[in-house]
Amino acid sequence: MNTTPATDSHATEHGLSTVGYVRIALILAAITGLEVSTYYVDFGRLFLPALLIMMAIKFVMVVSYFMHLKFDNKVFSWLFYTGLVLAVGVYCAALATFKFFG
Amino acid sequence: MVLAVSAAHKRDDRSTNLWILITALLGTTFVGGQVYEFTAFYNEGMGFSTSLFSSSFFVLTGFHGVHVTVGIIMLLALRGMLKNNKVPGSRSETVEMIGLYWHFVDIVWIIIFTLIYLIPA
Repeated sequence: MNTTPATDSHATEHGLSTVGYVRIALILAAITGLEVSTYYVDFGRLFLPALLIMMAIKFVMVVSYFMHLKFDNKVFSWLFYTGLVLAVGVYCAALATFKFFG
Repeated sequence: MVLAVSAAHKRDDRSTNLWILITALLGTTFVGGQVYEFTAFYNEGMGFSTSLFSSSFFVLTGFHGVHVTVGIIMLLALRGMLKNNKVPGSRSETVEMIGLYWHFVDIVWIIIFTLIYLIPA
């Protein structure tokens, strides 16, 4: 039985199709597999940058597609990523006070 | 979770309920894995105050596990409310709000997984 109010203005379709979401999930699973492979395969000097880049790609994909930021107003993207950059900046500044980088 | 949100936007109640239940079950599996992991580490001698790493590990992953548990409770409560038509206002927006919480916990795990589990101390 569907009892959704007629005034449900947010019920319009936005985002990807079911196939699209499954495709994103498979890509995320593949990247996770690659991440885990770094534990067993020697990536040399690329080890840390590769892990951080894969982490960032997964992060952006979940935020963009699963949290619908890509399909929402750009203001939300600005708010989200500004907060994120600020948080990372504060974190790095705090680490610098402990001489973490040198 | 995203499929539950998608189904809610399409007003497909059956799929919404199904995907919410599957999400809650997968979340429960995750928390079960954490309980197993914590127990195994403790039995092998890695307690909360063993080292700086162990303290950081248990605090970060433990807090995340608590948030997943809260998410599971929210999902099950949502499922009950949807079934009993007790959701005030827009159903799809309510599912989406809980979906946003769930995926926020998700992106935190993406960071924790790399920093704690994959990058050597």
